[in-house]
Parts: sequence; C-alpha cells; structure tokens
Amino acid sequence: MNSSRKRICAAALVVGLSLTAAAEAQQSGDAIERELETYRSMLKADPWSNPGMLDVDRGEALWKTPAGPKNVSLEGCDLGLGAGKVDGAFARLPRYFADGDRVMDVETRILWCMEKLQGFDRLKLITRPHPAAGMPVRDLGGIATFVASRSNGQPFKAAFTEPREREALALGETLFYRRSGPMDFACSTCHADSGKRIRLQALPVFSKPEEARNSVGQWPAYRVSTAHVMTTQHRIYDCLWQMRLPEVELGSEVSVALISYLVKQAEGGEINVPGIKR
Amino acid sequence: MKKMPAIAVVLLAAIAACGKTYAQQMNVLDEGAVDVLMRAAFPKSRGEWLSRLKGDETMRACSNSKGAPSAEAGRAIGARERATIRYPSDGKLMGDWRRGEQLAQSGYGLRFTDDPATRATGGNCYACHQLTKQEVSFGTLGPSLLEYGKIRGFSEAAAKTVYEKIYNPQATAPCSLMPRFGANVVLTIEQIKDIVALIMSPESPVNRP
Repeated sequence: MNSSRKRICAAALVVGLSLTAAAEAQQSGDAIERELETYRSMLKADPWSNPGMLDVDRGEALWKTPAGPKNVSLEGCDLGLGAGKVDGAFARLPRYFADGDRVMDVETRILWCMEKLQGFDRLKLITRPHPAAGMPVRDLGGIATFVASRSNGQPFKAAFTEPREREALALGETLFYRRSGPMDFACSTCHADSGKRIRLQALPVFSKPEEARNSVGQWPAYRVSTAHVMTTQHRIYDCLWQMRLPEVELGSEVSVALISYLVKQAEGGEINVPGIKR
Repeated sequence: MKKMPAIAVVLLAAIAACGKTYAQQMNVLDEGAVDVLMRAAFPKSRGEWLSRLKGDETMRACSNSKGAPSAEAGRAIGARERATIRYPSDGKLMGDWRRGEQLAQSGYGLRFTDDPATRATGGNCYACHQLTKQEVSFGTLGPSLLEYGKIRGFSEAAAKTVYEKIYNPQATAPCSLMPRFGANVVLTIEQIKDIVALIMSPESPVNRP
C-alpha cells in the first residue's frame, strides 16, 4: 500500500470511528453531558473562570499561614517528597508514611499534619468534615485542593511498591466488589459496566483505565449542583451514604484503600484539578 | 513435545501474574480482617447499622466471585433466596398503579440522613429502568420495562413473576444487581403490590404509551 492510500485509510478509519462515537452519544441522548464537556473545555482555556480556583487560593493561604494551638504553618508538612515540598507530591499519593505507619491519601496526610504539627484536635477535624450544599469546602479540603492542583499536568504515578501499599490496593479492590447494606450495593453495582447511567447521570467504569483516568484526574472537583469543591474523601463518603451505609470516617483505612484502588486504576492519567462536575 | 525455552516460561508466568488481581497477589484478605476494618471505618454505627456492614451469606458469595458465582454457587443462592419469598395474604398481586408510580420515582429512605417517620422509603425504579414514555429521566443499569404487561398479555403468571422479581430478584438471577426489596424489608408487601400494578395493569402508563 502506498503512503497516500495509507493516509486516506487511516483518515477514513478515524472519521468512521468518530461518526460511530457521535451516533452513540446522540443515541444516549446525553445533551447535558455534551454541554458540560463544552463548559469543561472553556474552563480549561481559562482556568480562572473555575469557581474551584478560589479554594485553591484559599488552600494555599491556609498552607502558609501559622495556625492551630502550636501556631505553625503546614510548610513543615512532608507530603512524601520532603517537608514543605508541594509540587508533584499529589501525583505520587497515596503512599506509605513511616511516621504514621500507614498508607495515606492527600487528605489523610494533611489531617495528620494538622494534628501532629499544628496541634489541632483530630476528632474535631473529622466531625462533620464535609460541607453541606451551598457551603464552601472546609479548610482541610481547601488545602487538599491546593496541594492536588500543584500536580496539574502530571500523570498519576503512585508507586504502590511497599507491602503496606500493596495491602491497601488489595483491600480497595476487595471493597470495590464487596456488597453491603440493605440494597446489596457494591461500588461495582454501578461502576463495572460501560455506557450505563443512573437516571441521566453517566457512570464511570473504574475497571477500564481510560474511563478511570478521565474521572479520577478531575478530583477534587467543583460541583455545580452543590456549589462547592468536593474532595475525593467527600465523594467516597457520598457514594457510601447513597449505598445506605453508615457515616464513613475521613481518613479511615477503608476510604484510603478505595482511593488507592481508584488511583491505581487511573495510573498514567493526567491530573487536572479542580475538575468540574454536574 | 518440545521443551519450552526457559525465557518463554518466565514470560508466560509474568504475563499470567499481570492478569492476577491485587487481591490475589496479596492473598491476605480473609473476610474477618475486612469485617474488622469496615467496623473501624464506620465508628458511629450502632444496632441495625452494624449488620449493614457485614452482609449475609448470599452477599458474601456474590462479593467473593465479583458478581459472577459458579453454577453450583448460583444454584445455592437461588434455592436460599427463593425460600424468602412471602406472598400477599389476600392473594392479590396488584395494588394501585398510581401509588406504584410514586414509589418508582422516589429514592428516599434508609440513608443515615433519612427519617422514616417523615417519608416512606421508595423503590427508585427509574434510577435503573425505563418504565413510562412520560418519564425521560431514567437509568439504564436494568432493562427497559416499557409496555412490559402489554407485551406479556397481562397474564396472572407474568404478574407473579414481577412480584417475585421485586421481592427477591436473586431467586431467579443469582447476584443480580437489583436489590432484594421484599426479602431485605426495603419495601412492604403492599408497596410491592403497587409497583406490580404499575408494571402489569392495563391502565398504567407503562402499558399505555
């Protein structure tokens, strides 16, 4: 086959595939999702039009300002790359931290630093840790959004080589398929089959790397329906609430394991936070 | 048979290992350990909420097989779940389709922010199923039920199948994604009858598009 014919064939294939995709998108009737996609691309062109950026700014100020009973800033907090090193740290989380002897995601690590470095009462920080609709993300979540945004453009590259990290992954996978509650729901009930939706809401499938990358890389995200930044721990909390389970604790091994599993599934996907959600 | 080169054996083993899941690789996750971690992650749980974390034998069989039980395990689930089905004492399988439509719309109930004294638990059928032409906001996790009764000729046998499906879908479909509404006492027998009427009554919008 000569090269010009090859090019034509390749172009035909691309056009054919995009036509098929377009037809499927139209068939699903998901006009809302298409509008949101336009909104997302506009936000990408002008990141400062994203309301979540206000919390990135707030989170940065909170990170640098002395606070808590010990009146110190979080600049002494080691997110895995050394004390005070924020750039690229989120892309390598969750990971095992020897000082706390456990695997932590970004929110659990910030919680740890707020307790150990700044002297805040952990119980107070984990009581009502997530905002109600219309209320801004709490300080811890704002700081997490700031930290995550400092890995924007980087791929998820948590190592998961330490035995405890492998354990967290294994637990996360087990929990993903584990049924519980009066409705028999597991994460996999809604997130294991492509092209499905609840009412009109499309559902990401986390067993497929391309879908996992696209979804996980947007969290923490600004949620239009509740008008605040929602963190990853908050997203998990909300899923478990809808599954009719009791209130999960921020920073629990269960929530960290589920986040570890999702991040592993999204490995190599680009971080772009705060994302924008319905 | 020719002996396979060592490098090929190593490569094949490596490929096989890649296909293994994290849980298989670890081989550390006995159910007891997971139960302990679940308990610790939901420290506010009391009473009935504790049993929600644990799950029953059927849930465990479905969890451990990632929703795809072996034929033998599936038969055991089917037999166990069939035995849970209770029928209306008046022998009537259909209630009021109008109440059924309200139940199909409502996703209220059983969350830790819900109050059963304020509002009854719903069936939330539209979350996963298409039912009527009028409601365009429907999910697709379950099959479309549009014209279900009409297609099946409004027979008593079909109504019984629907009743049993809502009461306990795992009696016929082990590890179904659908909740066991009757067996898990999510809905009452009267509520299930109303939803059967929505799906099977000739007057229902499900069958009059």
